Amino acid sequence: MARELLKGNVAFAEAAIRAGCEAYFGYPITPQTEALEHMAVRMPELGRTFVQAESEVAAINMVYGAAAAGVRTMTSSSSPGVSLMMEGLSYMAGSEVPAVVVDVMRGGPGLGNIAPAQSDYTQMVKGGGHGDYRQIVLAPASVQELIDHTVLAFDLADRYRIVSVVLADGSLGQMMEGAELPAMRPPRAADASPAWALSGAKERDTNLISSIHLDPDEEERFNHHLQAKYAAIEAAEIRHEEHLLDDASIAVVAFGTAARLVKTAIAGERAAGVAVGLFRPITLWPFPTDALRDLSERVEAILVVEMNMGQMLEDVQRVVAERCPVGFFGRTGGVMPMPEEIAARIRALATQLGAAVSDAPEEVRT
Amino acid sequence: MSVLAPPEPALTPVYSYPDALPHVPTHYCPGCTHGIAHRLIAEVIDEMAAKERTIGVASVGCSVFAYRYFGVDFAQAAHGRAPAMATGVKRVRPEALVFTYQGDGDLASIGAAEILHAAVRGEQITVFFVNNAIYGMTGGQMAPTTLLGQTTTSSPAGRDRATMGTVLRMSELLAQVDGAAYVVRRSLHDVVQIKRAKKAIRRAFEVQEQGLGFTMVELLSSCPTNWGMTPEAALGYIRDEMVPAFPLGDFKVPETRAEAGA
Ligand SMILES: Cc1ncc(C[n+]2csc(CCOP(=O)(O)OP(=O)(O)O)c2C)c(N)n1
Ligand code: SF4
Ligand SMILES: [Mg+2]
Repeated sequence: MARELLKGNVAFAEAAIRAGCEAYFGYPITPQTEALEHMAVRMPELGRTFVQAESEVAAINMVYGAAAAGVRTMTSSSSPGVSLMMEGLSYMAGSEVPAVVVDVMRGGPGLGNIAPAQSDYTQMVKGGGHGDYRQIVLAPASVQELIDHTVLAFDLADRYRIVSVVLADGSLGQMMEGAELPAMRPPRAADASPAWALSGAKERDTNLISSIHLDPDEEERFNHHLQAKYAAIEAAEIRHEEHLLDDASIAVVAFGTAARLVKTAIAGERAAGVAVGLFRPITLWPFPTDALRDLSERVEAILVVEMNMGQMLEDVQRVVAERCPVGFFGRTGGVMPMPEEIAARIRALATQLGAAVSDAPEEVRT
Repeated sequence: MSVLAPPEPALTPVYSYPDALPHVPTHYCPGCTHGIAHRLIAEVIDEMAAKERTIGVASVGCSVFAYRYFGVDFAQAAHGRAPAMATGVKRVRPEALVFTYQGDGDLASIGAAEILHAAVRGEQITVFFVNNAIYGMTGGQMAPTTLLGQTTTSSPAGRDRATMGTVLRMSELLAQVDGAAYVVRRSLHDVVQIKRAKKAIRRAFEVQEQGLGFTMVELLSSCPTNWGMTPEAALGYIRDEMVPAFPLGDFKVPETRAEAGA
């Protein structure tokens, strides 16, 4: 496949199609709507299912139905719409059906605005809906990653019978950038549907997709089963990126678009002699706990940068557990942190360290 | 010379469980008509030889365990969302006979948007709407279908029009929608009505299979437990109080028999 100039929202929609998504259900919301519009054209063209639902509540329950019937299915939305999906996501976790949700986050709370934000971290990473459940959360930082993560999200969802979330933001959805789409996967044969799926009980016992366990002991056993599955995912599916961390005394921890802005800031600070690098969680759940803990033993300080007021910060603090100081810089409400602002925070931290740590290398004190 | 064995008693069973309704004791209260509704649907599935291609979607209400009783593939939806879930199932399994089974709280209150828009889109599903004018499962609170003046645990002085509105007639409402192909109301209060209800269930499934659009059979039902009545008195209540408020009849049927392919 050739590199082409692609808009984020169109790119992930097309990537989903090529990953074998057979049914898309959605409801218009900025800054994600181009994905729905792309699906409205492409899915019928390919003889696949597209439904504009009456609400995000309905959309996620349609996804639940299609997932229960054993096909690759997805929805996409933005923050206020995703809030409406929490009930459905909890049910899907409780009945272990695979599906993909793309959240192109925007400024909030409430109706907020349509500018990019990362303030759905807690909602998506910690649950959001009721019950002890998890979903895999991938955090792309470019249009290429938006594509790659969408494909990966389907594969992981199927592998673990879990909901995978691609947690993007308005800038990634709206941005145009050079990227390469994957080749079209052949559609799954109708008779290749998973053994647990609803397809009509022909020559087999009946199948049931349900999240109800009325007996508390049985519900507890089911929860333990879920936790065992989550532990397996934590053991096998953590992904993160380390950028210029080998000699770093300061590590910036950031995900998605914020991480990209941090990279620009780091380039400038490196040129000025500051030993700073980036630690970028790619899976927000499972969180790169061990790698971050190791890092906290190597660096002198950590700076968390987010497009919210410190939602991932709580996870970083939990993992670092005071092995080194953790600072925070965030812009919120749809405002993006500019590289110069981030650079100023890095510089201030370096100066502080220089004062506190006498044997720090000269360049740290710049 | 051998003695002739006595002839086998020639007993032919004339009434047994339908194939689509395995012999599982239900949790329904004595005299509750949910059981009758289940049986009628199962008999029709048998008669249509549709057991292997039927997918049911249970709702939240007293019928939450419907999946235990029907011998077909089943999903259990969130409260009110069964029509959306059934949409997802049917769109990707168009060859399946897909039905939801919903109470009046589920369908007419929390799920009002989902049922309306399933009809608007003309989803090729069949909805069995069990209207007992009350929230049975949660212990007898008011539903949108509760009769004016009817006492429930959340309308203890009787449903008052001024502050609680009055009955919502879903069949009449949905019949207004172009996407609806077959919308009828039947009752389960006596044998004649039960036979009519079964015919409507069959018709609804046939219309679904003909791809003519959304189909719904509303079944006026009893809740002796929460109505505080004997099963027999509850059937009388359907006949004398509910039927006048919810007239029986066909609100939408395929226009011509030719169109219906009958
Ligand atoms: C979101 C949500 N809200 C409330 C409930 C509690 N609840 C369970 S069943 C029910 C009412 C069911 O009444 P109906 O649909 O009329 O069915 P019936 O029990 O009368 O057959 C309610 C409110 C729930 N399960 N989920
Ligand atoms: S509470 Fe009412 S609706 Fe529920 S099983 Fe008992 S009689 Fe039937
Ligand atoms: Mg009811």
